[in-house]
Amino acid sequence: MKTDGILKTISEKVRLDRTVERAEGESDEEYVYREYRASWHSKMVFLALFLALFFVLIGYKVTLGEYDIGFGDVYSTIWHHLTGDIVDAGDDNVVWDQRMPRVLTAIIVGIGLGAAGAAMQSMMKNPLADPYTTGISSGALFGATLAMTLGVFIIDGYYGRVLNAFVFAMVPALLIILLSKWKRPTPAMMILVGISIMFIFNAFQSYMMLRADPNSVSAVYTWSVGSIGMTTWDQIPVILVFSFAGLIILCMMSRTINALNSGDEYAKSLGINVDRVRMLCMLVISMVAAGIVSFTGIIGFIGLVSPHIARIFVGSDNRILFPASALMGACLMLICDIVAFLLLGKNMQIGIVTAMIGGPLFLAILMAQKKEVW
Amino acid sequence: MPSLRTQGLGVAYGGNRVFEDINISIDGPGLVGILGPNGVGKSTFMNAINKVITPSEGKVYLNGRDTSEMSYRDIARFVAYVPAQSKETFSMSVIDTVLMGRYPVSGISTTDNDVRIAAKCIGMMNVSDLAMRRFNELSAGQHQRVMIARGLAQEPEIMLLDEPTSNLDIYHQIYVMRLLRDLARERGIIVLAICHDLNVAAKFSDRLILFSEGKVVQDGPPSEVITSGNIREVYGVDADVVQVDGRPYAVYHADPQTPGGSMGTAPSD
Repeated sequence: MKTDGILKTISEKVRLDRTVERAEGESDEEYVYREYRASWHSKMVFLALFLALFFVLIGYKVTLGEYDIGFGDVYSTIWHHLTGDIVDAGDDNVVWDQRMPRVLTAIIVGIGLGAAGAAMQSMMKNPLADPYTTGISSGALFGATLAMTLGVFIIDGYYGRVLNAFVFAMVPALLIILLSKWKRPTPAMMILVGISIMFIFNAFQSYMMLRADPNSVSAVYTWSVGSIGMTTWDQIPVILVFSFAGLIILCMMSRTINALNSGDEYAKSLGINVDRVRMLCMLVISMVAAGIVSFTGIIGFIGLVSPHIARIFVGSDNRILFPASALMGACLMLICDIVAFLLLGKNMQIGIVTAMIGGPLFLAILMAQKKEVW
Repeated sequence: MPSLRTQGLGVAYGGNRVFEDINISIDGPGLVGILGPNGVGKSTFMNAINKVITPSEGKVYLNGRDTSEMSYRDIARFVAYVPAQSKETFSMSVIDTVLMGRYPVSGISTTDNDVRIAAKCIGMMNVSDLAMRRFNELSAGQHQRVMIARGLAQEPEIMLLDEPTSNLDIYHQIYVMRLLRDLARERGIIVLAICHDLNVAAKFSDRLILFSEGKVVQDGPPSEVITSGNIREVYGVDADVVQVDGRPYAVYHADPQTPGGSMGTAPSD
């Protein structure tokens, strides 16, 4: 009940139609101009609030664990490490080597999935679009299963499994590009292709699981529920590149994607090559989602929920929605990880937690939300 | 001086011919109304002009340039298109929607000047009080005015409007058509608008083009186009045409149950 109240006050404070005091004798034009500036300002305030929450969550998450470390000490330890002047080697080891990889992975995954989810929904004009409904997650799972149960690798070693997952996660996007030679890739078709591929992959994956020995089945299962505890400092730059490059490209395309939302004919009349933009966008989104999922396993709900929550606060203008959704994704990942730790006293497989917490949270927001946002 | 010319223009989807051999030449500013029954290819014709649809045969020249040799972007810099309806899934505020019209000019960044132009166009369409509202909260008529504002924000030399008055009350039908006519004159632009109300079109247009079954039946000033004969032939409706304020005005005898009323068969779709 209390969160309902808070959400309501927040959304009332920053409603899109909030009133700006009208000056004496001011023209309509001038007034609308000022209103626009004010609404832009309030969206920026929201983004800043998200950012503040984000930094607080990082600090809090790092304090959690066997070894005691204060909230303030977390930031000073990080600062000392970054400036190369380590004061307490014990703190530094715990913060930097033991806890930061998990926290950073959570953040990077959240940013990538949040941005990719928002772009998917806007580009496909479908509030249900996410890495699941576009077939990316099931492709990754299929690829990883292939590696773990049958030993079919493209290359050997740890990265073999990652590469397998990545290659198969890209299948839906590549198939859409191939199909576009004969048919125009409409948003509905993209989702339907994703869903059919999901069924095909799932069927083969189940079959492989039935035939495989119990040990590999268990390994596949652990991978499939998504984990961020296994990443090391070596792997962080790789997922960072996927995530941030994706976010930057999507932000650059955000105004073009806005135009797609008004219909293909209108977008073309604005000089946009609709089919090419949609294809490029699909490719970028798939690379981000596939890059992340192939390292961490399937992490559900973040890609779906983050854009919807961000939309409540900043509206549907993709120029601001993409960064807001990315930040929201990072915050949600951290919140889920923190809540799981507080409840269980140890770190949990994140994929389970995001769905367990994300689902009810999303339902609560849907119920509390009066205005139609989508 | 803006100009629009089509030469043997035709569009066919698969085996379905929509229209063929349309030769129209608009050599100077003015409001040009496009009339015709449902399904005769008026919207398709409009989309063939700005290359949203690639014509099957023939040429379109805009300001003397062949559109088949122009990019979408080149065309968008001076041609604006206002669709009949908008199908948004995630809708933005009215002002953000209108700002989209600045895309061909300013690309990914929005300048201060863009916001001022958008605010001005919103004012011109009488929707200033709705500027911060979400687009999907508006009525159909308000939608239409916002979309026209978005077209105006593009500051085009040629403006194409697909049924700009279809959801408007009579005040706003007249308001919009008068505004389009005045804009055409003041800014020296070509405004091409598809209309269904013959009388509103006749009242404000400088020229009318009447389509029927994929052909142009008549092209000329309203007094030549709005005639009993044309209305009977194209729409299958009996009408008297009278002169009101110097413009033709059609009165329909559409109900066979009243004395003198009769109705022909519907024009073929």
